[in-house]
Amino acid sequence: MTVAAITPHHWKKPPLIKRAWLRWALGVGAIVYLALAFGTTEVNWPRVWEGLPRGARFFAAFLPPDFTTRRSDFADGILESLWMTVIATVIGIAISVPVGIGAAKNVAPAPVYYFCRGILAVSRSFQEIILAIFFVKLFGFGPFAGVVTLSFATIGFYGKLLAEDIEDMDFSQAEAVRATGAGWLQWINYGIQPQVMPRMIGLGLYRFDINFRESAVIGIVGAGGIGATLDTAFERYEFDSAAAILLIIIGIVMLLEYSSGYLRRWVQ
Amino acid sequence: MAVALRHGTKVWYRRERGAQFAIWLAWLVGAAIFIYCWQLISDKTIWAFVTDAPVQAVDIAARMVPPDWSFIAKLGRPLWDTLNMATLGTAIGIFVAVPVAYCAARNTTPSVVLVRPVALFVIVSSRSINALIWALMLVTIIGPGVFAGMLAIGLRSIGFCAKLLYEAIEEIDKSQVEAVRATGAGGAQVTSYGIVPQVLPAFAGISVFRWDINIRESTVLGLVGAGGIGLPLNAAITTLAWTKVSLILLIIIATVVLSEWVSAKVRHAII
Repeated sequence: MTVAAITPHHWKKPPLIKRAWLRWALGVGAIVYLALAFGTTEVNWPRVWEGLPRGARFFAAFLPPDFTTRRSDFADGILESLWMTVIATVIGIAISVPVGIGAAKNVAPAPVYYFCRGILAVSRSFQEIILAIFFVKLFGFGPFAGVVTLSFATIGFYGKLLAEDIEDMDFSQAEAVRATGAGWLQWINYGIQPQVMPRMIGLGLYRFDINFRESAVIGIVGAGGIGATLDTAFERYEFDSAAAILLIIIGIVMLLEYSSGYLRRWVQ
Repeated sequence: MAVALRHGTKVWYRRERGAQFAIWLAWLVGAAIFIYCWQLISDKTIWAFVTDAPVQAVDIAARMVPPDWSFIAKLGRPLWDTLNMATLGTAIGIFVAVPVAYCAARNTTPSVVLVRPVALFVIVSSRSINALIWALMLVTIIGPGVFAGMLAIGLRSIGFCAKLLYEAIEEIDKSQVEAVRATGAGGAQVTSYGIVPQVLPAFAGISVFRWDINIRESTVLGLVGAGGIGLPLNAAITTLAWTKVSLILLIIIATVVLSEWVSAKVRHAII
C-alpha cells in the first residue's frame, strides 16, 4: 500500500451506498428504467396544451372561491362526511380492540393470534375505494356503505398498531397485576390498558383525521359524504364550487390536526 | 390515592370521585353524539338493501370464481403504466418536496415569518387532498391518461415527503453544522456538508416508503380515468365481468404485497 493511499490529499464525502458495484448498478438501472418509462408513456400533448387555460381558470377560481351558490349542498355533504367519520371511527375502534388484543403475541394463544392477524391482513390489503365499490354494490348508494368501508379500513390500521403496542409494552407490570390474583379481564384492564391508552387515544384521533379525508374520496363511487358533491362540481366544470369544497376540506383537516395535537398533549 | 370508607373498611378505587365523574360524563356525551350521528345516517339508509346484503354478497362471490386467467395477457401494459405512475410520480413529488422541506424547517428556512407559513400551507394542502381527488381534478384539466395520474401522485407526495423531511431536518445535530460553519464554509457548503449527510438516510427511507404507498394508490387512479390497472378494473366492474374483476384484484394484491416487501428490504438495508 502506498503512502498516498493511506493519507489521500483530497477528502471525499463518504457515499450513502458503500458498495461501489451496488451504487453503479442502481445508477445504471435507474437510467435504463427512466428511458424505458419515458419511452412507453403516452402523453397526449395537444390535449395537455388545450387543458392549460382550463387549469388556469381552475386556479383563478380559488380567488375568490364560490361558497354561496351551492351552500346547502356543501353543508349536507360536509355534515354527512362528519357523521360518517364519527360512526365509522367509533365502530372501527370498538371492533379493532378485541382483534388487536388477539393479534398481540404476548397476550393471545397461537390459534387466536393467527386468526386475528389474518383479519388485519385482509383489512389492510384493500384500498378504501375498492372496498367502497363493493360495499356500495352490497348496501346500495348512501352513507351506510361509506360507514362500513371506513370501519373496515379502521380495523386494519388501528388493530395492527394496538397489537404492536401491546407487544412492545413492559410485561413486568402486567405480571405484577396477574400475581395479585386478577382474572383475565382485570388483567387486561389494570395491567395492559393503562400502558397502551395514551398512545391509543392519539392514534384514534389520527384515524379520525384519516377517515374524514377518506370520506371525501369514497363519495366519488357513491358512498355518501362530500366526495359526491365534489365529483358533481368537477363534472359540471363548476371550478369555483370545487375550489370552495377543497378549501373546506383543507380547513377541516387543519383544524383536526391542531385540535388532535392539543388533545394529545392534554391526555398525556 | 383514591380510598373510600365503606362499612368501616378502606376500599381502594382507581380514581378520585371527581375524575371518575368527569370520565363518566365524557362517555355520556360521546354516546349521545354517537347515537345522534347514527340516527342521521340511519335516516338516509334504505334498510331493505342492507338486509339484502348477505344474499348479494354470496351472489357476487359466486360470480367471481374462477378468475378469468386468459385476461392476464392484456394486463401487462396497465400494470407497467401503474408502476410508472407510482415511480415517476414519486420522483416528481420528491423533487418538489426537498425545497419545500428546506423552507419549512425552522432551522433552515430563509424566513420564519414569511416563507415558513407558505411552505407549511403547501404541505397541508397537498396532504389533505387524496391522490384520487388530485387525479379527478387533473383529468378534467389535462385530459385522461397516465400523465394526469403521474402528476396526481406527485402532487400528493409533496406534502408527505416534505413533512417527514422537514421534521428530519429539524432534528439534526446542531453541533455538526456549527463545526462545518467554523471551518469558514459558506451557506451552500454548510447545507451540503453539514445538513445533507445527516438527513440523507432519512430522505432515502422516506422516498422508498412513499413509493410503496404510491404503488398502492396508483392502482385505483384508473377509476377516475387516470390510467393504470384501475382502468380495466373500472371497465370490468361497469360491464359486470366479475371473473375479470377478481383476477385484477388478485394482481393488485400481489403487486402491493411485492412492493411492500421491496420497500421493507430497502429500508432495512439503509437504516
